[in-house]
Amino acid sequence: MSGLALQLINLFAALLLLLAFAMLAQRRILSLIHLYTMQGVVLVASTAAMGYATGQTHLYVSAGLTLVLKVVLIPWILHRVIDRLNVRWDVEMLINVPTTLLAGIVLVIFAFHLAAPISELSATVARGTLGIALACVLLSFMMMITRSKAVPQVIGFLSIENALFFAATAATYGMPMVVELGIALDVLVAVFILGVFLFQIREQFDSLDIRHLEKLKDE
Amino acid sequence: MSALGFASQLLEILVALALAPLLVGWVNQCRAWLQSRDGPGLLQPYRLLHKLFHKDSVVAANASPLFRAAPYIVFGCMLLACGIVPTLSIDLPLSPAADAIALVGLFALARVFISLAAMDIGTAFGTLGARREMLVGFLAEPALLMVFFTAALISDSTSLTTLVRTLSAQELGIQPSLALAAVALVMVALAENARVPVDNPATHLELTMIHEALVLEYSGRHLALLEWAAALKLFAYAGIGIALFAPWGIAEAHAPLALAVALPVLVAKLAVAGFALALLETLSAKMRIFRVPEFLGMAFMLAVIAMLVNLLLGNTGT
Repeated sequence: MSGLALQLINLFAALLLLLAFAMLAQRRILSLIHLYTMQGVVLVASTAAMGYATGQTHLYVSAGLTLVLKVVLIPWILHRVIDRLNVRWDVEMLINVPTTLLAGIVLVIFAFHLAAPISELSATVARGTLGIALACVLLSFMMMITRSKAVPQVIGFLSIENALFFAATAATYGMPMVVELGIALDVLVAVFILGVFLFQIREQFDSLDIRHLEKLKDE
Repeated sequence: MSALGFASQLLEILVALALAPLLVGWVNQCRAWLQSRDGPGLLQPYRLLHKLFHKDSVVAANASPLFRAAPYIVFGCMLLACGIVPTLSIDLPLSPAADAIALVGLFALARVFISLAAMDIGTAFGTLGARREMLVGFLAEPALLMVFFTAALISDSTSLTTLVRTLSAQELGIQPSLALAAVALVMVALAENARVPVDNPATHLELTMIHEALVLEYSGRHLALLEWAAALKLFAYAGIGIALFAPWGIAEAHAPLALAVALPVLVAKLAVAGFALALLETLSAKMRIFRVPEFLGMAFMLAVIAMLVNLLLGNTGT
C-alpha cells in the first residue's frame, strides 16, 4: 500500500504549504504558535508516512524526535516566553495581508519552477514534494522579512527549519542520524538563546519591535 | 439528444425550483437549532414566496423599465445556472450551451443587472448595496474560475458534464489539489450567497447589509422572484460543490434507473451541505466589510495553490 502512503505524503505536503501561507497571513502571536505546532504535527505525520512507504526505519526515529522537539518542547517554551513577556494577545499590524499573499503566490511559482529540474535528478518516491518544501522555505523567509516584532521572527526562523527538514526527507530520505541530532540540538539551543534575546530586547527598548535595533546610539 | 436526456433536463430544473427554497429553509432551521431556538420550520420560504406572490408589487415613480425587468433576468440566469450544473444526471441537452466559464459569466450577468436595478431608483442604500455587491463579486469571480480550472486540469475539459464524468470515474484517492479547491469554493460560496462571515442574510442593519440593500426597493412578485433566485443561487453553488467534490451517485447517460437513485442521493448530500453551511455560519462572526477583500484574496490564493499543486504533484487519483 505504498500508493496510499504516497498520496498521504502529497496531502501532508499540500497542508504544509497551506500552513506556511496561514502563518504569513496570521496577525496574532498566540495563533502563530498554534500554527507552528500544527506544522510540527504535519511534519511528524509526513515523516512517518515516508518511513512507511520506503521501509527506512531511521525515519521513524526522526519522526519521534520531531514530535518531542517541535510539537511538545519548542511550543511549550514559546508559550512560556510569550506569557512571561506578556505578549500573548498582541496583534501585529502588518502591511496589507492580500499583497503579501499575492507575493507569496509568486514565490511558490518560482520555487516550483526552480525545484522541477532538481526533482528530476532525485530518485525518491516523494520527489514531487521538493518544490513544496522549497516554497515553504521561501514563504517562511518572507514571513521573517515582513514582520517587525521579534517573536514572529523567531517563529519564522523555526518554520524555515521545519521546511528544510521536510525538504531533506523528500529529496534524500532524511539526513544521517548524527546530522539530524545535531540540528535538533541546534534548534533547541537557538530557541533558548533567542528567548534570552527577547527579554534583553524588551528590557532595553520596552518593546519587542526590532526596528528599535536599527537606531544607533551615540553616547 | 434523446428523449431521456430531455426528461432528465426537465426533471433537474423542476427539482431545482422545488428544492431550492427547501434548502434555504433547512439551513435556517439548522441555524435555529444550533442557536437552541425552535426555528420557523422547513416550509417557511415557501410560505414567504406564497405571500409575496399574492401581494401587489409597488414600484417607485421614477423607476425605469430596467427596474421591472431585472427580477426576471436574474431569476432566468439562476434557473439556467441550475439547469447547467449536473446535479441529477450528466445527460443534459442544455449543458453544451455553457461550460464552467460561461456559468461564471452567467452569475456575473445576474450580478450586473441586480446592481443596475438597485442603483436605478437612486436611493442611497441601493447604491451602497450595489457597490458592495460589485466589490464582493469582482473578488469572488477569479477565485471561482480558478476552482473550475483546477478541476478542468484534471479532466482536460471545462465542460461541466465532462468534469463530473471524469471526477466520478476516478478511483477514490486523496487529492490535495481538490481538497484545497474545495475550501476555496466554500469561501467563495459564503461570499456570493451573502452568508455570515461576509454578509448576514437576516439583518437589515444598514452598516452591514449587502444583499438586503440590493433588494430593498422591491416588493410583491418582484421580491418573490429575487428571493427565489437567491435560493436558486445557493442551490446552484451547492450543486457545483457536489458535482466537483462529491460526484458519486449522479446518473450516467442512458441509465433511467440511476436517475431514480440520484434524487435521494442528491437530497442527502444537500442535507449534509446545508447543515455544514449552518454550522459554519454559527461558528463564525460577521467580519468588517474591509476584511472581505482579505477573505476573498485568501480564497483566490487557495484556488491558485490548488492549481499549482495539481501541476506539481500530478493527478494522483488515476
